[in-house]
Amino acid sequence: MKKNGIKGIKQGAGANKNIIKTVLSHIGKYKFYLLFSVIMAAVSVVLTLYIPILTGRAVDCIVGAGNVNFKELFEILKTMAVIILITALVQWLMNTSNNKIAYQVVRDVRKEAFEKLQILPLKYIDSHSHGDIVSRVIADVDQFSDGLLLGFTQFFTGVVTILGTLLFMLSINVSTTIVVVILTPLSFCIAGFIAKRTFNMSKLQSETRGEQTALINEIIDNQKVVKAFVREEKVTEQFDEINQRLNKASVKAIFFSSLTNPCTRFVNSIVYAGVGIMGAFFAIKGHISVGQLTSFLSYANQYTKPFNEISGVITELQTALACAGRVFELIEEEPQIPDSADAVTLDMPDGRVAMENVSFSYTSEQKLIQDFNLNVKKGQRVAIVGPTGCGKTTVINLLMRFYDVNSGSIKIDGTDIRNITRKSLRGSFGMVLQETWLHAGTIRENIVMGKPDATDEEVTAAARAAHAHSFIKRLPKGYDTVITEDGGSLSQGQKQLLCITRVMLCLPPMLILDEATSSIDTRTEIKISQAFNTMMKGRTSFIVAHRLSTIREADIILVMKDGNIIEQGNHDELMAKENGFYAKLYQSQF
Amino acid sequence: MKSLLKYMKGYEKESILAPLFKMLEASFELMVPLVMAAIIDKGIAENDVSYIFRLGGVLILLAAVGLASAVTAQYFSAKAAVGFATRLRDALFSHIQSLSYRELDTIGTNTLITRMTSDVNQLQNGVNLTLRLLLRSPFIVFGAMIMAFTVDVKAAFVFVAAIPLLAIVVFGIMIASIPLYRKVQSALDKILGRTRENLSGVRVIRAFCNEDAQTEAFTAENEELLDLQVFVGKISAAMNPVTYIIVNIALVVLLHTGAVRVDNGIITQGEVVALVNYMSQILVELVKLANLIIQLTKALACAKRIEGVFAITSAMKDGIQPVDETDDDVIKFDHAGLIYGDSSEEALTDIDFAVKKGETVGIIGGTGSGKTSLVNLIPRFYDATAGNVMINGKNIKEYSMESLRKKIGIVPQKAVLFKGTIKENLLWGNENAAQKDIEDALFVSQSKEFVDEKEGRLDFMITQGGKNLSGGQRQRLTIARALVKNPDILILDDSSSALDYATDLKLRTAIRRMRDDMTVIIVSQRTSSIQSADKIIVMDDGHIAGIGTHDELLAGNDIYREIYDSQYKRSENAD
Repeated sequence: MKKNGIKGIKQGAGANKNIIKTVLSHIGKYKFYLLFSVIMAAVSVVLTLYIPILTGRAVDCIVGAGNVNFKELFEILKTMAVIILITALVQWLMNTSNNKIAYQVVRDVRKEAFEKLQILPLKYIDSHSHGDIVSRVIADVDQFSDGLLLGFTQFFTGVVTILGTLLFMLSINVSTTIVVVILTPLSFCIAGFIAKRTFNMSKLQSETRGEQTALINEIIDNQKVVKAFVREEKVTEQFDEINQRLNKASVKAIFFSSLTNPCTRFVNSIVYAGVGIMGAFFAIKGHISVGQLTSFLSYANQYTKPFNEISGVITELQTALACAGRVFELIEEEPQIPDSADAVTLDMPDGRVAMENVSFSYTSEQKLIQDFNLNVKKGQRVAIVGPTGCGKTTVINLLMRFYDVNSGSIKIDGTDIRNITRKSLRGSFGMVLQETWLHAGTIRENIVMGKPDATDEEVTAAARAAHAHSFIKRLPKGYDTVITEDGGSLSQGQKQLLCITRVMLCLPPMLILDEATSSIDTRTEIKISQAFNTMMKGRTSFIVAHRLSTIREADIILVMKDGNIIEQGNHDELMAKENGFYAKLYQSQF
Repeated sequence: MKSLLKYMKGYEKESILAPLFKMLEASFELMVPLVMAAIIDKGIAENDVSYIFRLGGVLILLAAVGLASAVTAQYFSAKAAVGFATRLRDALFSHIQSLSYRELDTIGTNTLITRMTSDVNQLQNGVNLTLRLLLRSPFIVFGAMIMAFTVDVKAAFVFVAAIPLLAIVVFGIMIASIPLYRKVQSALDKILGRTRENLSGVRVIRAFCNEDAQTEAFTAENEELLDLQVFVGKISAAMNPVTYIIVNIALVVLLHTGAVRVDNGIITQGEVVALVNYMSQILVELVKLANLIIQLTKALACAKRIEGVFAITSAMKDGIQPVDETDDDVIKFDHAGLIYGDSSEEALTDIDFAVKKGETVGIIGGTGSGKTSLVNLIPRFYDATAGNVMINGKNIKEYSMESLRKKIGIVPQKAVLFKGTIKENLLWGNENAAQKDIEDALFVSQSKEFVDEKEGRLDFMITQGGKNLSGGQRQRLTIARALVKNPDILILDDSSSALDYATDLKLRTAIRRMRDDMTVIIVSQRTSSIQSADKIIVMDDGHIAGIGTHDELLAGNDIYREIYDSQYKRSENAD
């Protein structure tokens, strides 16, 4: 993070340009709305600018006591009323169109971010804080939308107003206009200076915020553990520390970005004074009328106001860009290697699995699996055993291609899995993981994940086979009971039964069972293992389990230790090995 | 919002000074039209060039003083707003810490996280804007009206008519949009939930090739949010145009009234210009006010939701007594029952048993039979809804929760570790644990071997959620964490499920060798884990189906025998 910070400062300008480019390419999709907005903005501005001229003319009709041209005044006032109504309508149309653009762009960005999440390599997701990723997709995009909206509503009108005012002013008096034009760049300089300083500050602010969100995520997610260990005060202290840092970063970021307005307003006032003096001077000389001076003064206000707004918008956009940068960083993250163009689709494979000279490690420092060979025939059962923490799940990561091997290859029915579409590869495996995962929704929705078009009968049949039917039926709304994220009130065992039901429903030709039975009572487990046995018949299965008795029936046993596969063979072969690791492990159970 | 105001405490000075300086700036702005009127009526009419220059100087002076006041105001308001948000977050976080399991069950984690992050941020913006603009804008609006009165009373009545009309429009739109913004926020909550879910369940989603379905669902929720936002946007977008109409029509009326007054010789041309200027100042301020109100409505909706979290308070009252050593039964359940949330069925019914100090108790039973519910009553994670739970002879409610939980080491089913070093995680049990205590705990929990292999040993950094450890390693560290407490009561809630038999056996042997007076409660699915316990409680569907030793139960309890047989026979078959 810190390294990035420094890099960010150095590359600030360049990175910014890239972010702007990306943002623009997203807006480009809504050309029609954009065009409409621009036209409406132009119309609205021209009409708005016409009002001061009419006001000036009206003032000129009111010279003094007994010297008022009521006839002309009435005409002017009537025109004003009509223009006012049209202007209001045009403004509303423009605002609505701007809203549409901003929110649609945000919708698109969120969608892209979410779609990206689906194709990011597991390596990224495993190694990044989920809270931080969530904050990018939600909070940062939100901030970005606020900035974008403000940018639209005010940037357009701002630019058009400046141009329009210049023209109108020039049409009245050239020298006074020059005063205005000379003084206003000051406004830009100040705004530019402030914007530059604020960018890094708001970046620090949003980074600190990300750090805090990550902590909040972690603690609140596991609030019960915190309470069990009476750690409430300690975590609060930890939180306070980040909170204080966020406070400092925020005060700075907010104060400096809020300086833009008063500073540019000051420049305005100077312009206003300049116009007042010059205008009065010309009025004495008779170059302009008092009414025209009035128009001029409102123009001076209107001309500088957009500068105000634009500079305000620029600071807002800085924040928005910093946030957008974080989202786009996620979106532009290297995705997993896409399926190759000639990737084949596995259709009901036999289930022959071969690992040839496979080497793999998560980090380059720590070598794990090296030069590993394995040959599994159709319908064989492979048990992966070893002491706790020996890296048994790594094999699953490789088989499912959550991670790619560093060298060597894994083949299914003789085809390298890198030449198989991920979808069909993963669809050919039925997987029950040690950590149950359910999503918010109904029980049925959770079950049909792998087969969305399953009929009610199929769902019930699968649930019966997994012995989940009876407890589901007892739930308040049966299969339509809505469960919260992560299962909520369901017991660990019930959650596991649901996960098993999921696999039962699809019954793919190969199975991966990862300690799937660890939280189910043995009575239920027996029934399930019977179901599993039927399920495994004729299907190549990989089982990560601790119960040696079940492993004994396996055709191949892989014994793992410290991430390496150290022994391979069936039960009798391994038991025959004098001083074999497996033999020792087996004996220690009894 | 009212109840949240107390977090402004300590920032009273800033929150008074910020608007004051803002108003000061506004006052200087209000003087500008009068100076301009003087330039027109006196400078131009009397061809007095030096007078014009003098008054021009006054204008610049007013601007400079205005700038100084504004910068001061911005500083104070930034400080106050950020300070407020910081304290609010602190308070919210502490409040969440004070909630009991029962409340945590009902409020979703997602909700709490959005409240703490984006809601508080919105509120911070709201406070900042309020301090800067909420007083300033009405001040200019009313100030302009009062200044108009000093120019001409009759013309000023145009202002009197226009301002209430503006107020109605502004507040009307505000009232209409508040509930809508709340809807937008809950739509956003949904999206947040799905995003989190997709991260935590990434393996399952990909294994079931569910990516497209998830994206589809997300898209639908995203569209829903878009529709809401666009709808609310349409309403808020009306604010500017409508106020524009009112102010400019008022301007037309003002010009007409002014014309009549000038014709009658009551006011001058310069004064009409001043009146027109005041009207345009009002318009400028209103645009700001309208934006402010949009922000404020959002902020208020957020405030309401934050207040909602504060409104949830723990139903459990903390006791005051410390836990003392006595000779009474260390744990006694007196016909205790438990009902979760608004469920109608009891999760536990008539639980009645006692445990003596130093005993090892095994609890066994099927999935959903109430084992975890039972042990959750011992550290008072939940209060029994019927009967009583006694610790050391006294009702559990009399003890302070802190002293109670410090005496109890619990290893929950879900092995959760936190970001930090191994040592930091272990110190959760006891902040002051000596190095030896930690080493002992590692040894007993069978973690020593793998910890020794980690780079930096105890200083090995665990990533968030313990993702760089295997399930079994996490589980053993959570056991070590509970042991570092050196608890009087140790509860293992099915905590060896990810351990192989050999490790499990070693673990149990080591625990038994620890302290004689430590009461150990083991919840397990495996008879082998509890077989040698002094007392085994067999749970079935929320009831106690039997209590006794292994041999007694084997002889007289059908359920226990069935469980035992299922496991024993299996190994026998295997042999």
